[in-house]
Amino acid sequence: MTAMFGEPIARVEDDRLLRGEGAYLDDLGHDALAVAFVRSPHAHARILDIDVSGALDVCGVLAIYTYEDLPGRLAEPLPLLIPHPALTHGRTGYPLAADEVNYVGEPVAMVVATDRYLAEDAAEAITVDYDPLPAVVGIDAARAAEHLVHPDVPGNVAAHLVQSNGDAAAAIAAAPRCLELDLVIERSASMPLEGRGVLALWDTDSRRLRIWTSTQTSTGVRAAVAAKLDLALASVDVITPDVGGGFGVKIVHPWPEEVLVPWAAKTLGRPVKFTEDRVEHFTSSAHERGQRHQVRVGFDDDGRVLGLDVRFWHDNGAYIPYGLIVPLITSTQLLGPYKPGAYRVEFTSLYTNTVIVTPYRGAGRPQGAFVMERTMDAIAASLGLDRALVRERNFILPSQMPYDHGLIFQDGRPLIYDSGDYPAALAKLKALVGWDSFPAVQAEAREQGRNLGIGLACYVEGTGVGPYEGAHIVVETSGKVKVATGLTTQGQGHQTVLAQIVADELGVPFGDVEVTTGDTRAFGYAVGTFASRAAVMSGSAVALAARAARAKAIKVAAAALEASPDDVEIVDGMAAVKGDPASAIALGTVAVLSNPLRYAFDEAAKAATQFAGGDIDAPPVAEGESPGIEGREFFSPVRSTFASGMHAVIVETDPLTAETKILRYCVVHDCGTLINPRIVEGQIHGGVAQGVGGALYERMAYDETGQLQNASFMDFLMPYVSEVPDGIEIDHLETPSPLNPLGIKGAGEAGVIPGAAVFASAISDAEGFAITTMPISPSDLFELRQRHKAAPDAG
Amino acid sequence: MTFDVQMTVNGVARTVRVPARLLLSDCLRHDLRLTGTHVGCEHGVCGACTVLVDGVAVRSCLMLAVSADGAEITTVEGLAGPDGTLSAVQQAFADCHGLQCGFCTPGFLTTITAALAENPDPTHDEAREIIGGNLCRCTGYQNIVKAVLRAAELGRAGS
Amino acid sequence: MKPSSFGYSRPESVAEAVAILASIGPDGKVLAGGQSLVPLLNMRLATPSHLVDINRLSELAYISIDHDHIAVGALARHADVLRDPVAAAAQPLLAMALRLVAHPVIRNRGTTVGSIVHADPSGEMTAVLALLDGSVLATSTSGQRFVQARDFFLGPLESDIQPGELATEARFPMLAASAGCAFAEVSRRHGDYAVCGVAAVVELGDDGRVRRARAAYLSVAGTPLVLDLTEACAGAADGFAEAGRLAMDQVRPASDIHASASYRRHLVGVLTERACRDALAHAKERAR
Repeated sequence: MTAMFGEPIARVEDDRLLRGEGAYLDDLGHDALAVAFVRSPHAHARILDIDVSGALDVCGVLAIYTYEDLPGRLAEPLPLLIPHPALTHGRTGYPLAADEVNYVGEPVAMVVATDRYLAEDAAEAITVDYDPLPAVVGIDAARAAEHLVHPDVPGNVAAHLVQSNGDAAAAIAAAPRCLELDLVIERSASMPLEGRGVLALWDTDSRRLRIWTSTQTSTGVRAAVAAKLDLALASVDVITPDVGGGFGVKIVHPWPEEVLVPWAAKTLGRPVKFTEDRVEHFTSSAHERGQRHQVRVGFDDDGRVLGLDVRFWHDNGAYIPYGLIVPLITSTQLLGPYKPGAYRVEFTSLYTNTVIVTPYRGAGRPQGAFVMERTMDAIAASLGLDRALVRERNFILPSQMPYDHGLIFQDGRPLIYDSGDYPAALAKLKALVGWDSFPAVQAEAREQGRNLGIGLACYVEGTGVGPYEGAHIVVETSGKVKVATGLTTQGQGHQTVLAQIVADELGVPFGDVEVTTGDTRAFGYAVGTFASRAAVMSGSAVALAARAARAKAIKVAAAALEASPDDVEIVDGMAAVKGDPASAIALGTVAVLSNPLRYAFDEAAKAATQFAGGDIDAPPVAEGESPGIEGREFFSPVRSTFASGMHAVIVETDPLTAETKILRYCVVHDCGTLINPRIVEGQIHGGVAQGVGGALYERMAYDETGQLQNASFMDFLMPYVSEVPDGIEIDHLETPSPLNPLGIKGAGEAGVIPGAAVFASAISDAEGFAITTMPISPSDLFELRQRHKAAPDAG
Repeated sequence: MTFDVQMTVNGVARTVRVPARLLLSDCLRHDLRLTGTHVGCEHGVCGACTVLVDGVAVRSCLMLAVSADGAEITTVEGLAGPDGTLSAVQQAFADCHGLQCGFCTPGFLTTITAALAENPDPTHDEAREIIGGNLCRCTGYQNIVKAVLRAAELGRAGS
Repeated sequence: MKPSSFGYSRPESVAEAVAILASIGPDGKVLAGGQSLVPLLNMRLATPSHLVDINRLSELAYISIDHDHIAVGALARHADVLRDPVAAAAQPLLAMALRLVAHPVIRNRGTTVGSIVHADPSGEMTAVLALLDGSVLATSTSGQRFVQARDFFLGPLESDIQPGELATEARFPMLAASAGCAFAEVSRRHGDYAVCGVAAVVELGDDGRVRRARAAYLSVAGTPLVLDLTEACAGAADGFAEAGRLAMDQVRPASDIHASASYRRHLVGVLTERACRDALAHAKERAR
């Protein structure tokens, strides 16, 4: 039997998805009622009056709800999911706005009708009387605090936190050299092709609530909805259907509709479904990335960082349900693969009258990587040293692992890098892209009037964050192996990857393993899919569960074969005495034997009934044992495990039009052992595309009144194929993780993290001046060129 | 006011009675229960809703169902063979890991199917042009380009 | 986003179409390709009371060559015009421009006449019609009238088509044997509306020098801007650079989220030079 682990096998998901037989949220519930929302057209306003009379005449309308209709806990703010001591002024929204709206798109009223067309007609006929208030838009306005988003939050400050290791100020003061940088990253968003949606069904006979939602955490939604609707957890089922991409935005929960739709379904006694449209996704889901940084770095003549002091301001939008995770990740992951001597990081998280800010693939790391990598480039430029060399001199070495940064990471645990080989990765990258021979290439191009530039960016990514994941494995009497884990899937191929692990661990054919994810009925304890944790967490959990099931199967088979368990093996779904193939019994039969029966429900079951044999002096189910071949295990690591990678890009900037063309894009990537290399590469490809988007194209353009000017795919520029590199060259490094049984590290976010950094590095190299704001459009580059022509010595 | 619309969808005659404003995408998905065609934007940019109308690839979110009266429509559900064998384009996507979440995929499949019917032997650059108007957020397009060329290869091998 | 309700007619003849248009008044709209109109309907940015679907008027799906122009019927799809070899030979600027219009699938359904009537100053075909000084045939119950391009584009998204009128044809003058054309455009993503675009036609005299040069501009004004660059192009050695400077002086582009006004103006200079130079090369190639 070939080992499945490490094989780039084709995905089991593909057949039905290719046939158009996927079951995404809007594909379900054809008979459900439809929902549309009235949403605020103002970024900041008081609600004076809501007049629904115009909508009541619209044919097909069943109900219209406003805040006043919400009972009990539904009338309270939505939960603040991740509290933190520094989050002193946390504010969350209501499912339907109470007396104030704080961003364009905030839900104000909910219409339930027989179809979406009619629901939108009714929503349009509802008149809301607003008293507009001044809108706070952008970090500068939030800091200036001439106006407040929330009247009881002074300075618009949700949180302020300082973390440090050593005395950075002293180290910088004592350092031979010092630089200051001002850096800006603009807001972008996850933007999956499928928006949010939720379908709810209240079963009056069994008094159970069943919810389907396009989410990254079914257990999270279940807990939140049960709490809001005052239902026992056990009477709420949440099922994640096929999900058309998440990229972070779908980890937020409960969305207003996730509590309102189930409540409406229960109240009306009919299934209710809400599917958002694209404009709603732009104006009422979540964004991320917007930060402004000020860096002071002290270093020596060799480019070694002696002290690093970073101050930044993070725009968290109108509310802060996901807490401080993004700026916490920026604060800590900014360090990358480097040892900065003394480090101090201070952030202020600010409210603005815009869409909320929650993790988008990378979740604060792209900002951190941008800041650190621009700093490294600046150090190299000031010393006239090679940019790769400066980085090398600052690397944490393999011999220094595990490396404790003396800070607390986003999981509440110490930031300790467990493993990694940054020098080896850089060597691979330099070889792959031709780093050392590039200056000659660049010089030759310049003589032909072409601007070529090469960029480099390194990152470290904490993955596999806890608290835990679990898995349940059952070997059925048919021989099929059913695996369930609680976290969810949005295209990462979990059904394939987890089956590969089980096939190897249990010794069964890959095709006999069937995996279910994200269904609280199948597995009720889970956290969710985010932070590149699924392979580490659920991968480890299914491995442990499979080992437990295997041990049980061997025990039962050994008894049946009258052999010692040490002499029994399971290969290709058959349990046999080693070296004696004739003794083999099918795993399905072992499952039958493991469950002593009184009643034989089919032919195979007869073997387990009371007159079929077995030790009549021992209990049918031994003490401490259970019937069946099952394994149910949890994996809960002491801390995250750290993946890493380095990207290089060669660009050409047009001297006339200032357009940037990508000539080559190279990736060296370390995510420990690979379960399915093809799936990992696919994740990298997708992340790189989002990195290109964030570096060159994507920017949420709010005007000063808080209107989003590009709330559509026409003007929010996600890359087509023409914008991404034509070919991405990837080389791998594997430093297995010591923190989980399979040596895995997460891979989901790797491709996007260094995107802004690597392009800034390359364009700077092509242009001869530093790029400090991302994204950068041709127009932006043109304006920068003009500025530098006018004042060539200015920074 | 409603209108009778008669279409042939994936070879089967279908009749629906719909309001004028019903989009073809919604008609296919909800009236005909062919949910393989997906809706990503409803402004014609993402391409997830692409179907073949009289053999020509069009955005079903930009067509009214009433405009499709008398048309022959092929959706993703109609690409596989009568015995269920995946088409060359579908098989190529499976071979090349050309899909992750699968949401944009039906739009790519129909677009590529129509394009290869017109140009069965595209160059690498032509392959990129063929998929140039469809958005994918998961794959970064690398494997989709490969899938186009692989589909052409499978198509030539089959014929 | 779903459209609001509207009345709907699907006439089987042009006569029937214009009769309906006459009866529904200014709040009605023609549905041809729908690639520009339906997104507006879906977002409820357009809420016409009645739509007249002309997709049954197959008699309007023609592309024909007349003695000095190409006539494109209202139902000719962009894709049909793009792949028509006779049209491509007679007026190469059509294919050069159409290749830049959105993406192939949009071109499968969108109509050239429709995009001209839509009158988007960022649209390639509006600039082409303006540059070639083509015309639009407007048909109504009272007859037909030709509107020259210079009188057709009234403002952003506003054409001279009156309530009750159906634009049934657009006419594009053929490219003279002694002329060449070119299209140069910068857009953010491939297929997006141009940040700045220039279409140019350069005519050679018998002496092989530039006799006439004109250019039309996308995305720098509320209507397509046409400039006569003959003097600049026919003049000194770096005539095209001079033409670029002249054009830059004439435009007053706006800033938006995609580009600053000064960048757009800069592109006007760069792309004018590029388009004129390419058009001259094209003219010389055709003359051979």
